[in-house]
Order: sequence, then structure tokens, then C-alpha cells
Amino acid sequence: MRFTLNGRTVSLDVVGTRRLLDALREDLHLTGTKEGCGEGECGACSVLIDGEVVDSCLIAVGQVEGREVTTVEGLADGGRLTALQQAFIEHGAAQCGICTPGMLLAAHVLVQQSRQLTADDVREGLAGNLCRCTGYTKIIDAVLSCTK
Amino acid sequence: MHEVTFLCPKDLQDAVRLYRTTPGCRPLAGGTDLMVMLHARTLRPQPRAVLDIWSLAELKGVRRHSGMLEIGAAESYTGIIRSREAHRHVPALVAAARTIGAAQIQNRGTLGGNLANASPAGDTLPILLAYDAVVVTDRRSIPIDQFFTGYRKTALQPDELITAVRFPQGRDVVFRKVGTRAAQAISKVMMAVSRKPARIAIGSVAEVPLRARGAEAALERGDVDGAIAAVADDIRPIDDVRSTADYRRTVTQNVLRELLSVG
Ligand SMILES: Cc1cc2nc3c(=O)[nH]c(=O)nc-3n(C[C@H](O)[C@H](O)[C@H](O)COP(=O)(O)OP(=O)(O)OC[C@H]3O[C@@H](n4cnc5c(N)ncnc54)[C@H](O)[C@@H]3O)c2cc1C
Ligand code: FES
Ligand code: FES
Repeated sequence: MRFTLNGRTVSLDVVGTRRLLDALREDLHLTGTKEGCGEGECGACSVLIDGEVVDSCLIAVGQVEGREVTTVEGLADGGRLTALQQAFIEHGAAQCGICTPGMLLAAHVLVQQSRQLTADDVREGLAGNLCRCTGYTKIIDAVLSCTK
Repeated sequence: MHEVTFLCPKDLQDAVRLYRTTPGCRPLAGGTDLMVMLHARTLRPQPRAVLDIWSLAELKGVRRHSGMLEIGAAESYTGIIRSREAHRHVPALVAAARTIGAAQIQNRGTLGGNLANASPAGDTLPILLAYDAVVVTDRRSIPIDQFFTGYRKTALQPDELITAVRFPQGRDVVFRKVGTRAAQAISKVMMAVSRKPARIAIGSVAEVPLRARGAEAALERGDVDGAIAAVADDIRPIDDVRSTADYRRTVTQNVLRELLSVG
């Protein structure tokens, strides 16, 4: 099977029922995508499929045939971080970092979809991404700083 | 342990054929219910193959069909939320879709999955009951009030695929969802109400999403107090949560009172 991963075509010879999460981490060695709960509750495994945020622990890799998958590794352009990534650093929005890749992808969609966001919009948009460290305030501030 | 085969049909006709001819085959739509069980191998019987119906064009979209609004079985909640037709004709469904999980779940979860999963707590199910929705499959149409036959059991044949859900137009439905998923065991009640015709549909208060027929009969006569009294006898709170059965009756009556006072 083939799909586009962070702008490049990849082909894989694995059973289609394998979780996209495992294909990314174990077969393609992109370990930026994290596994938290493995049940769709925490969002640590968030990736984008055709620009929409999904939990890669709930996707069968066969379902991304012909589609475009973006992981956290695909956000930065070479060495240049996105404004959102930069804002996460500046606001101290990451502590242990487990939630950060998924958080960045979910936030990326939010910032792309609409320029004007309230703190409540951000909270709602990131409701599928749990963080046990930061208490969310710094994450929300970081996202809001990219929308003004 | 052998691996589960992944079947990728090229169109609906192909999917229907594969489903009928492959033993131990299970449809996979958004995977938000199925994938965890598939991965943990907790499905009984363990499927031998999964049939990916997520990408089938015939199962996507929101459209009008012979005077009804039709939503494809594999259309996502996000697709429903974004649809102008859905906003116009089934606003209560749109509002309920917004309460299902977060973005990641709304981007994948489908009506077909919610229906086939047939959880008594499935949030779209009371809404579908209040609208008198029709479940369309590869071979027939099933009125929603005949769809749920027992705890997580449906009227579907083992090889029958849901293709769409149809809604009559011009009905006013209001709903209220009490309690979160995490708090589900204690307080969750999901209720959807239509005044005309009288429909009172409730989730998480019995082994199936049910219509409160006694309360509906009272409401049809315009007897609001009678409906609130009757609903306590219509529901069947599950026995293993004995201590909360009375509590659930009270919550259910309060929710109905509230919904009938706004309408
Ligand atoms: C974090 C999280 C939060 C959730 N929150 C909610 C919530 O608030 N409310 C709620 O109601 N649910 C919730 N769910 C459950 C789930 O998202 C919904 O039930 C969803 O509608 C399932 O759709 P799906 O397409 O993902 O189903 P899948 O997982 O693909 O399939 C579910 C079942 O339906 C069968 N199936 C799917 N499509 C068809 C079809 N067309 N014909 C025949 N059989 C079919 C499958 O074989 C499987 O048995 C949540 C799940 C998660 C992980
Ligand atoms: S690991 Fe996928 S949502 Fe938690
Ligand atoms: S930074 Fe540790 S979970 Fe969010």
C-alpha cells in the first residue's frame, strides 16, 4: 500500500488492519507520534489525514491508502519551526512533552481553519488532547498568540 | 494467531458482495468503536476479516431523497455538522453530533457505526427515534423503532450493511444530554422529544434506546403532567446499578419536565 507521509510517497508491505500508530512508529520509525491510552481518549497519537485531525490508534493503516498523512515531523519546514511550534517554546507550553506532538497537530488545524479564535474555541478544539503537566493555560496562550 | 485480513472494496456493490461471501467479516467505518476491540482482540467472535467502508462514495454525503433528508451511513459527524441541509432539516442531530467526543472522534465517528454498535448510551439514537428516522440497508428499509431488539442487538442480518439514514422533514426535535462519558455510570441520560407527533426517546435508561410510549400517549393528549408521571414507568434502569435506578427515574422526569417547558 502507498500513501503520502509528510509530503513524500511511502509504500508499506504490512497487513491493512495494523494501527496507523504502529505503522508510523515501528515500520516507518517516526516516533514523534506518541501512544498514551490506545483508546481514543487522550489524543497523544493525533495525526492529520487529508488535513483533519484523527487519533492514529483508531485508524487501520489500510484506511490511509492514497491519502495524505501529516505527523509532527511534517510540521517544520526543514529546520524552520512553524509559528505555532515557536509559540509553544516561548510560552513554555510543553513540560514532559508526551502530549505535545498531538497538541501541535490539533492546534495546527485550529489556527489554519480560522484566524480569530477565543480561549473557549481553543479549549473546545483541543478537548481531545489531554495534558497531565501544564494545566493547559500555557498551551492555550501559545495557540492564541498565533491567531492575532 | 492469524492476522485479520483487510478488505478494501472498490464500490458499494463490491462491499455488499464481499460482506455476503466472506466468513467472519466485520465492517469498519470510522473505527472509533471497533479499532480498540480489534487491536485488543476482545471481539467475540474474533473477526477473520474487516471490510473498510469508510471511503465508499455511496455511503457519504447529506442529500434530499424523495422528500426526506438522507445521510450516508459512513458520513462523519463533522460532515453532518458542516452540512447546510442537515442544519436546516435535522438541527437536533447536528447539535447532538457536536457533543460526541472531541474533534478526533467527530472527524471519524459515523451514524452507521453508532447504529450498528447499538449501545444504550449511543447519543444519536434517541435523536433518530424522535425523528422517526429510517435505517436504509443494502436490502431494505427498517423503521428506527424496530431496529433495536435487545442489549446491543439490532434487526440487522449478519451480512447486512447499513447504507444511509433517512429523516422526515419539518419536525421539531429538542434534546438534552446529561452527564459526561466518564460519569456515564451514574448520571447519563440522553433524551430527545418531539411535540407533534409526540415522541419521547431516551438513552441509557434501559437495555436499548427506547421510546417512552406511556409518556408519549399522555403528551399526545396534551397532558404534560401525565407524561412526566408516566415516563418513570416507561424506563427500565439497568439492574446492576440498583442504587441509582430511583435516581435515574428522578433525573429522567426532571429532564422531560425541562424539555416540555421549553417546547
Ligand atoms: C474518545 C471517544 C469518545 C466517544 N464519545 C461518544 C459520545 O459522546 N457519544 C456516542 O454516542 N459515542 C461516543 N463514542 C463512540 C463512537 O465514536 C460512536 O459510536 C461512533 O458513532 C461509531 O462510529 P464509527 O464509524 O467509528 O464505528 P466503527 O468503530 O467503525 O464501527 C462500530 C460498529 O458498527 C459496525 N458498522 C459500522 N458501520 C456499519 C455499517 N454501515 N453497516 C453495518 N455495520 C456497521 C462495525 O462493524 C462495528 O461493529 C466515543 C468513542 C471514543 C473513542
Ligand atoms: S493513544 Fe490514541 S488517543 Fe490515546
Ligand atoms: S506536557 Fe506532559 S502531558 Fe502535556
